[in-house]
Amino acid sequence: MNIKHHLDEASLVSYAAGSMSQSMALVSACHLSMCPSCRERVHNSEAIGGMLLDSLNPAAINEGALDQVMAFLDAEPERKASVIEPRLQSPRVSTQATSTSSGSTSRVPQPLAEYIGHSLDEVDWKRIVPGVYYHDLPCKSERGGVSRLLRIAPGKAMLPHTHEGNELTLILQGSFTDEVGRFTAGDIADLDEEIEHQPLVDSDVDCICLIATDAPLKFSTLLGKIVQPMTGF
Amino acid sequence: MENKPPGDDVENVVTLTQPDVAQNWSDILAEMAETKDKVLYVSLFKHFAPKIKAYIMRIGLVDTTAEELMQETMLSVWRKGHMYNRSKAAASTWIFTLARNHSIDLMRKQKYPEYSLEEWHEEPDQTNDVCADTVTADRLGKAISKLPENQAQVIHMSFFEGRSHADISDRLGIPLGSVKSRIRLASDKLKTMWRDDV
Repeated sequence: MNIKHHLDEASLVSYAAGSMSQSMALVSACHLSMCPSCRERVHNSEAIGGMLLDSLNPAAINEGALDQVMAFLDAEPERKASVIEPRLQSPRVSTQATSTSSGSTSRVPQPLAEYIGHSLDEVDWKRIVPGVYYHDLPCKSERGGVSRLLRIAPGKAMLPHTHEGNELTLILQGSFTDEVGRFTAGDIADLDEEIEHQPLVDSDVDCICLIATDAPLKFSTLLGKIVQPMTGF
Repeated sequence: MENKPPGDDVENVVTLTQPDVAQNWSDILAEMAETKDKVLYVSLFKHFAPKIKAYIMRIGLVDTTAEELMQETMLSVWRKGHMYNRSKAAASTWIFTLARNHSIDLMRKQKYPEYSLEEWHEEPDQTNDVCADTVTADRLGKAISKLPENQAQVIHMSFFEGRSHADISDRLGIPLGSVKSRIRLASDKLKTMWRDDV
């Protein structure tokens, strides 16, 4: 996978700190699953957390804490390294979405698979307007933001909009182009209020994106303002 | 390479059976994971458990909850030890992510999306200096004290107060863009200082 658009440094730090909303953390984790270079970067950000942990003065722990934990350990069956929780045993092949043009074989990054399973074809899509579908995820977001999958047909454009806050968009299938550039599978658009954009789907298959915002979008056209209450953006 | 535990009271909580590796917690963790040696586990517990609890209380949870989460985190250290990759992260970094995830799972009643710990077993990417990664925490420790106040502040608000960019923006009364640029500057600076220090 040839990923050209990455997570912003500020987002990586927020993810590493655990201070990102659930919906944004999901998009970030999915991109990280697909992008080796961002994984390297996030290790460095998480190292800030390690350092802060190191620097803390120890808190008093319960007297019996060690004994309690050791009792748990002793009660556990002997296990080899390969015997782990079933979910974590699953093969990692699922972390890479394919970039095939057919689109039918797209795979779902593991963090998202925990919500929708391993196929984008089995998602329960709801139609907003012809050619534009969405599926809301149960991830908590902040300040009226959304956590959702969007499926947009070739040639369709999103309405032009800006943001009150941050918006993360991860492309799972297909591609779109906006004022920032061209985004294909694995790319993430990490945007904020400084950007106004109008993504246009330019692939020959539906473009499927995972989106999180931490504030409602601001549509810059009258049409956008009219449909906003219906679409829930 | 040392991953030296800072803090003046460290002597009080650490009793090690192997003085030659006394301060390299990453080696101890890696060895514990491989051998399932409970003596090593106990030394890790004594060093990290009080810090884990301090972190969890720091992010706003009460004592009894912090105690429970600390114990869960330490159990994970044992159970998931095989997923620790010495070449990717210092022990304190890996344990921090476990403590973070347990705390968030509890606070949100939703599992924090992980980018899959298995990936940590991957072969090193491209040109990265594997060794450098493992000492990041230690070097950053020295570096963070050199950050300008307003940059150290946004790092602390992120890691210890769990504040999102938008929250920090509200709290400090500065635009979202300024919050993000302060975080970027802080992060870049920490990495540069750490590299220069190598």
